Amino acid sequence: MGEAEAEAGRRAATEARDRIRFEEDALEFADQVYRVARRLVSSREEAEDLVQDTYARAFRSWRSFTPGTNMRAWLLRILTNLNLDRGRKVQRTPDLQPLEEGDYYLANRLAASEGEQELEHDRVVERLSQDGVVNALSELPHDFRDVVVLVDIGEFSYADAAQILDVPIGTVMSRLHRGRRILKHKLAEESLG
Amino acid sequence: MSPADPCEKCEQMLQPFLDRELSAAEVTEAEEHLNACDFCRRRYRFEESLRRYVRLTASERMPPGLLDKIKELRGQPEGV
Repeated sequence: MGEAEAEAGRRAATEARDRIRFEEDALEFADQVYRVARRLVSSREEAEDLVQDTYARAFRSWRSFTPGTNMRAWLLRILTNLNLDRGRKVQRTPDLQPLEEGDYYLANRLAASEGEQELEHDRVVERLSQDGVVNALSELPHDFRDVVVLVDIGEFSYADAAQILDVPIGTVMSRLHRGRRILKHKLAEESLG
Repeated sequence: MSPADPCEKCEQMLQPFLDRELSAAEVTEAEEHLNACDFCRRRYRFEESLRRYVRLTASERMPPGLLDKIKELRGQPEGV
């Protein structure tokens, strides 16, 4: 076997190892990727499809991942792009109320109904049902929901969320801010009427 | 509320504070206010619990079987 052939063989072996390492690393994030996917779409079946499509693409284009960078964010970027490509229902921007009550809105409403001191207790939030939280999230307009889900469920930083969604960090902050306020409004409506 | 109301400022800082996105100086400022203000401290604790509660209740584990389906996708021809 010539030197060139031996070199090619070594390169192929190294590549195969890199690829397998990549696949194993990516699989480690499957559950975390699913958790985010599940809240971005309306059904479990859709979430499973979306996660499988994401991994199919990730495995095929593994070379475009830069080792040492945030792989979970890289996977989520593929996923959010695929979700957009699927032509999720075009959504009219809803008539958003001014929401002048602010970030403390839900806390203030609960404090008014439970007593100010009760807010010290964690169980106040238990007045909000699990279904209530899931429904409220699903009712957020897409642009807001993407950011709230990435940061609040996926625990991504503002910078990672900006990179995943390909928007400026200021946009992430304003959508997050507004999205959380809308969420609190919906939770207040559901739990307090 | 007057523009100088410290609680208004605290309300603005609360979300980035919980997200750990404030600068060190801003964290100190927020903590000083929280130490001195019962009202904001209760709201801070509430927001922290709410955040945890949302994360726990809205976070669904991957269904059994999905990981195996994903594993089968490995080794496909490359390309985008």
